[in-house]
Amino acid sequence: MADLRVNIGSLQLKNPVTTASGTFGYGIEYADLFDISRLGGIFVKGTTIQPREGNPYPRMAETPSGMLNAVGLQNKGAQYFADHIYPQIKDIDTNMIVNVSGSSVETYVECAEKIAELERIPAIELNISCPNVKQGGMAFGVTCQGAAEVVRAVRKVYPKTLIVKLSPNVTDVTEIARAVEAEGVDAVSLINTMLGMAIDAERRKPVLSTITGGLSGPCVKPVALRMVWQTYKAVRIPIIGLGGISSWKDAVEFMLAGATAIQIGTYNFVDPTVSIKVIDGLNDYCERHGFKSVSELTGALL
Amino acid sequence: MKVTANERLHQNYCLLKLTVEQPLPEMFPGQFVEVRVDNSPSTFLRRPISINYVDKQANELWLLIQLVGEGTRKLAEARVGDIINVMLPLGNGFTIPSSEERGKKLLLIGGGVGTAPMLYLGAWLKTAGFEPTFLLGARSQNDLLQLEQFRTYGEVFVTTEDGSMGEKAYVTNHSLLKNTHFDHIYTCGPKPMMMAVARYASAEDIDCEVSLENTMACGLGACLCCVEKLKDEHHVCVCTEGPVFNIKKLSWQI
Repeated sequence: MADLRVNIGSLQLKNPVTTASGTFGYGIEYADLFDISRLGGIFVKGTTIQPREGNPYPRMAETPSGMLNAVGLQNKGAQYFADHIYPQIKDIDTNMIVNVSGSSVETYVECAEKIAELERIPAIELNISCPNVKQGGMAFGVTCQGAAEVVRAVRKVYPKTLIVKLSPNVTDVTEIARAVEAEGVDAVSLINTMLGMAIDAERRKPVLSTITGGLSGPCVKPVALRMVWQTYKAVRIPIIGLGGISSWKDAVEFMLAGATAIQIGTYNFVDPTVSIKVIDGLNDYCERHGFKSVSELTGALL
Repeated sequence: MKVTANERLHQNYCLLKLTVEQPLPEMFPGQFVEVRVDNSPSTFLRRPISINYVDKQANELWLLIQLVGEGTRKLAEARVGDIINVMLPLGNGFTIPSSEERGKKLLLIGGGVGTAPMLYLGAWLKTAGFEPTFLLGARSQNDLLQLEQFRTYGEVFVTTEDGSMGEKAYVTNHSLLKNTHFDHIYTCGPKPMMMAVARYASAEDIDCEVSLENTMACGLGACLCCVEKLKDEHHVCVCTEGPVFNIKKLSWQI
């Protein structure tokens, strides 16, 4: 048995396998299907200070090897989370990490402050890369200045592990990664979804109510892998890699490219138990290749 | 689950029968399953399919599949003995009246592949001591499936768009609705049909439940893709709050 533990800043994960925000609810939705405490962490659904109804239906379009979504951060708000969801998830024996979003610097800060009060939430993932909201979201994540501004403000009020989720919809992801590293974040996660579009040819109309949406699934994996590799060479902080991971092999590839941990997202919809298979597969890979610790894989590309 | 039969009922429909070694869990009419489609490169997500029938004696789940795209076409190629990955049961079923309400007149309206869950619902109601009435709509006679089995559970009325069987009309124009008062309507089918049924039920003050087919990804309430806006303006997941809704809850303009 290899040592599967990894560290993201001061946060220890029992293994590098986590589930991505927006694809795994609050974890409890999947609790009947497998022992979710085996995961290294669960990134729960994007949370904002005020409740959001999200975008109108239709919000989803299937694509070859993936899907587009335009959910638009539907959630019941940070207070509802603290009062009603937190009590249900606080005793799950893994890192429950809240994905925090906002529409202005102030709302990001307010939401982060609210979540900081919750003792059993050891980290937040700052979402500056949601492509499906009109205000905020990706607007902050596509310029160095915008990213630095929101991260600086949140860093001041959030003392625990701060992870920033980066957008792939930029010319050079490493510039944004460096900008947020300079503001003292503990880690970056990448990539969020890629801006895409689907058209119904028969009806001559866009499929999604918002016209454009975020592409995810195995179809984005090569892009995500490339961005993780580029970012690994550009920053010193740990990277959490995601984008189309559907097997242990994909997870190994992301770690070789430079990721310390990984998130499994869209593939949860195809195989809700995929993350357990990835944990077991990572262990087998380490044993087969003589790695005592899975952390040796990070950046071990020859 | 292992395929025990794959019957091509029609050019565009197949009936898959599936079994497992252990006893199937209790499944209620109106619930659905999510079927993984393997070896179909353009099909990524599972396909939500309503429960057509549960044969408890044979420990079999029946799925009536309309061949719409590449995913369902791939499923239709399944052979006896093949293994298909199915998540079940998902969602909430139709409301079954209590035994004190046995005299109530129940109408089950199905259109197209929306007739599928009406078979299991009819069987369930019959077993519970009710006399369900079926009103089934289709383009033409060939599209009306499983009629013999429907008739074992109750009286069956039919409309077809081309008049090849039953009344040449849409279901909501059938003379049955003018001659008979029903206490409760259950419906599943194309959205315009369900909206027409809901309009009729609302005007006649008949309790009515519809089964929605919003496009869906996870089936577990995690992805928030399949939402329906309710009267209270809130978006809820069809997969976990539905797929069956009382029309009084929906924000449909009817």
